[in-house]
Amino acid sequence: MNWNWLNRNTDQITSWLLQHLWLAAVPTILGLLLALPLGAIAFRYRWSYAALITLAGLLYTIPSLALFVVLPGLLGTQILDPINVVIALTLYTLALLVRVVADALGSVSPLVRQSAVAMGYRPLRSLVSVQLPLAIPVIGAGLRVAAVSNVSLVSVAALLGIPQLGQLFTTGFQLNFYTPIIAGIVLCLLVAAVFDGLIQLAVRLSTPWERAVKNR
Amino acid sequence: MISFQSVSKVYPDGTRAVDDLTIEIPTGKITVFVGPSGCGKTTSVRMINRMIEPSTGSILIDGQDTTSIDAPFLRRGIGYVIQNAGLFPHRTVLDNIATVPVLQGQSRRAARSAAAGLLERVGLDPAMGKRYPAQLSGGQQQRVGVARALAADPPVMLMDEPFSAVDPVVRAQLQDELIRLQGELGKTIVFVTHDIDEAVKLGDAIAVFAVGGRLAQYASPSEVLSRPGDDFVADFVGRDRGYRALSFRAAGRLRLHDEPTLTLDRPAPADPVAAEAVDGQPYWVLVVDDEHRPRGWVDARQLTGGRTVGLGDLVLGGSLAGPQSSMRTALDAALSSPSGRGVAIDDDGRVVGTVAAHEVLGAIETARAAAPASGPHHNGSGSTTKQGPEASAQRAGSAAAAS
Repeated sequence: MNWNWLNRNTDQITSWLLQHLWLAAVPTILGLLLALPLGAIAFRYRWSYAALITLAGLLYTIPSLALFVVLPGLLGTQILDPINVVIALTLYTLALLVRVVADALGSVSPLVRQSAVAMGYRPLRSLVSVQLPLAIPVIGAGLRVAAVSNVSLVSVAALLGIPQLGQLFTTGFQLNFYTPIIAGIVLCLLVAAVFDGLIQLAVRLSTPWERAVKNR
Repeated sequence: MISFQSVSKVYPDGTRAVDDLTIEIPTGKITVFVGPSGCGKTTSVRMINRMIEPSTGSILIDGQDTTSIDAPFLRRGIGYVIQNAGLFPHRTVLDNIATVPVLQGQSRRAARSAAAGLLERVGLDPAMGKRYPAQLSGGQQQRVGVARALAADPPVMLMDEPFSAVDPVVRAQLQDELIRLQGELGKTIVFVTHDIDEAVKLGDAIAVFAVGGRLAQYASPSEVLSRPGDDFVADFVGRDRGYRALSFRAAGRLRLHDEPTLTLDRPAPADPVAAEAVDGQPYWVLVVDDEHRPRGWVDARQLTGGRTVGLGDLVLGGSLAGPQSSMRTALDAALSSPSGRGVAIDDDGRVVGTVAAHEVLGAIETARAAAPASGPHHNGSGSTTKQGPEASAQRAGSAAAAS
């Protein structure tokens, strides 16, 4: 480890870290927001379930590097525009979470769903205020996977020259110099751990009834 | 009044769940739909609040066709208690109860404070309001389920096997509680069960459904037991129906005997009642507490003069006949008592006397001879605001065993 190099490049690394943070966070949130309605549709209409899940699966198999390169052509954006990364990762998150949301809604007890109908809930309100809250633990588990995978996928965009922690890997590779590579891995792990912790915390805070069971 | 007019439900696969059902459910009474599984009783009830739509026929509530009312709006006006309570696990007890008022546009605050009152009404500690359903016992959850159904004060309540998942002791408590609540509220209740005992206990009228969704008999409980409409009903109500029918005969006419008693934790008299004991036979003496409430029986041969009667000496058991008891309870009290003498108690639980099984049977025979064709005749369908005179006597509790 060359601590001097790290010291000299602290400003640069910090700016890459911040860039990395939002490049991974924004698509996770956008992907979740899009997956909620699509997952709900897949859950509610049997015929759409197979179609949406297959589509999501196919989407996920497109290599990220290919997507980063193709998107500017499709969207008319600059190749270095970080928006390409945001859109690509949003699509991956969406692909992962459509199934998670659909299955999470399916995990809610049918008795509770029936009970909501019998109380006079309309379908949308039942979805938002009864079924989705009860699906939070399962959705949260899927979201943790998506968030962590986004942190690692962002670094691939370094090959295009988009500034974020992945730059540490390309730099180290080009200079045959391990310090930036190790620093990059450690920082990526740290970011992933922070995201993971934040999601767990959010799930915990939004599902107080889950713990009420245990300390009865 | 809820009217089913030639209602059928046939599923796409050809299953006929309900077959041409025509029935009028009286306002302010408990009507029980009873039958084996697959007889269409739950389907029928769910058609009332349109959770299931009929294939043909129509359902009217107070003359209004339910299909003319927006379904969610209709449902908010009909209380619903589901199997296993169906509470929302993510909401506190108070918020569960407040569900329908909030859907109807009441402020959460107002609905919550009303919910606290309902908790007491169904016999729960208001402190439970802040708990989540998973923190309650099965019986408590069912009470919350009933409170939730009552929250918007709907004139009609549908109860779909609400007490089937709790143990027999709790079930009996919940049933008594429902009878008490109904006495205060006078709702139009449609209650689904597969348990004929529950149907007989709760129902002002009973609709017996046969497999295939056919209404086999619709009559008062005493009539279903004493005059089953057909072989299916006779078979369904079972072999004990003669004994069950005793539930509808008030025990008021029984003559009670004075019963000598010993007091718990007090010394037995120097020359105990055992003087009269026949050699080799137990000589049972009733033991009461200081309030003269029955605690059990003791075999007086075991007691020597001056000894204290302790809990350890007691043979427990023997059900008790209270002031509003039926012949069934009185007979059971006598049969289950070690002495063969059933203990009758007053409203405060104090011993008023005893009665033997042969005396109960004698009273039943006498009553039977006096009124050979008990109760009015009813057949299958037809009007049923009916409640046999025996049933009302049991419910009203005007007759007293302690006479």
